Amino acid sequence: MAGEPEPSPVVATVEKIGRNTVAAVEEMGTAGGLIFESVYWLVMGRRLRQPVRLPSIFQQMMEIGIQAIPIVALMAGTIGVMLAIQGIHTLRIFGAESRVTIGIALSMTREFAPLITGILVAGRSGSALAARIGTMKINQEIDALHVMGINPVRFLVVPALLGTMVMVPCLTFMSDIVGLFAAGLYVNAELSISMAAYFDEVREILNTDHLMHGLSKSAIFAVLIAVIGVVNGAAVKGGAEGVGRVTTRAVVQSISAIVVTDMIFAFVVTR
Amino acid sequence: MNATAAVPAAARVIEVENLVTHYGPRMILKGVSMEVREGEIMAIMGGSGSGKSTLLRHLMALERQTSGIIRILGEEIASLSARELVELRKKTGVAFQGGALFSSMTVGENIMLPLYEHTDLDRHTMEIMARMKLEVVNLAGFENLMPSELSGGMIKRAAMARAIVMDPKILFCDEPSAGLDPAVSSALDDLILRLRDAMGMSVVVVTHELESIFKIADRVTVLDQGKILFIGTIAELRGSPSERIQNLLNRRPEDDDVDLDAYLTRLTGESVTGAAKL
Repeated sequence: MAGEPEPSPVVATVEKIGRNTVAAVEEMGTAGGLIFESVYWLVMGRRLRQPVRLPSIFQQMMEIGIQAIPIVALMAGTIGVMLAIQGIHTLRIFGAESRVTIGIALSMTREFAPLITGILVAGRSGSALAARIGTMKINQEIDALHVMGINPVRFLVVPALLGTMVMVPCLTFMSDIVGLFAAGLYVNAELSISMAAYFDEVREILNTDHLMHGLSKSAIFAVLIAVIGVVNGAAVKGGAEGVGRVTTRAVVQSISAIVVTDMIFAFVVTR
Repeated sequence: MNATAAVPAAARVIEVENLVTHYGPRMILKGVSMEVREGEIMAIMGGSGSGKSTLLRHLMALERQTSGIIRILGEEIASLSARELVELRKKTGVAFQGGALFSSMTVGENIMLPLYEHTDLDRHTMEIMARMKLEVVNLAGFENLMPSELSGGMIKRAAMARAIVMDPKILFCDEPSAGLDPAVSSALDDLILRLRDAMGMSVVVVTHELESIFKIADRVTVLDQGKILFIGTIAELRGSPSERIQNLLNRRPEDDDVDLDAYLTRLTGESVTGAAKL
């Protein structure tokens, strides 16, 4: 014990990298296990007389989805207008402003709607989930669930996971519509293309594939948000300060995960 | 020391044999053996770091032991399937230190939760049962309040009500009087006694409040640095010749161990660098 030599900075750095890597892999394992366990309870819960409760799923859907409608709509609209402005500005170089619709329609449905929705839900609900689970853990409420014979995954995680998985694609679809509409308003004002003509063009450009590209991506984001929120919340250490730390961590991690997944998804699907 | 042989009569609801546990690489409980008999109030006491909270967590099956056997109501908990463990847990109740009431639910919903999850009773019956338990802990009429609207003593009583709502055979209480004023904590002691007498349950209380122990405990387990220092009745505890126990009873600080080597190591901090990496 005593007299252990001080490791050199290089060794210490390598050791730190190693430890962090192991911790990260461990967390991914926890996340995988969590998804597996959630599916298990969803399927087997009723048979084990521990069903996942519908009211708690609806409650989560309200909190994650319905209550996020105003902010998501506002942001989607803003992004739509931003896309229109930038698109017209760029295309003006070639004198091709009137072709702006194709850029708006594709980038809104394939990229911006799922991305902005995912980021907003991560900030609103992923953090809330981490904070809730973290606080519950510190207050021994998770222990209380265990000793009452109530599985915390079934009771807390499954409703949140299902809630996000249903609501994030719904919100994304709403973002599609709001974003395209807001962009249309700008295009209408700037280029004097009528809304009817604009939406005709949008309808011609968009097909199910484009929409599904964005929506299925958003479902993956939903899983990431919920699982990262739960894993961080469950890893809480210390008191209130610890809850703050895991909450921040959950938001940063889920937004990073969303952006990276977005890129990988786009790469894999468009090839 | 060995009270087991002296009073063999009553059935044992909890048996712990040679329990060894680790927290990371650190050994917390170093071979603990004890038992709790039917209908008795067993107090587990010891200073901070003695392992009393760890022992309680193991009795509640929240942790896995390194070795040793824990039997609750005759069932060895390490060998139970998840489903059997749930069945066993319906027969035990836990009142946590901070209450651990779910902050998003009302007091009444908190108390009904075990009924809602484990029984097929209709809501009206569950509400009546919850009100009955609230009546027992003198909180009648508070079922529609949120936990955040209750005082510390009320939260503990509400937690007690939730712990007994399934009519458990064993009730675990973690530091029931911690952070409460003397009058309220004395009322909680009375409540524990009343519950035992009315429902015939066995109670395990982890506490360091001597006053409370003298008032309610039938027997006491004293833990010290992860080992059993003493098991016996209050009278035996008072009459114990052990210096450590007398120190505990008279609230005298423990003598520091005079290990010169350890002292020097602490001063020079050589082992501290080793520990800091953890």
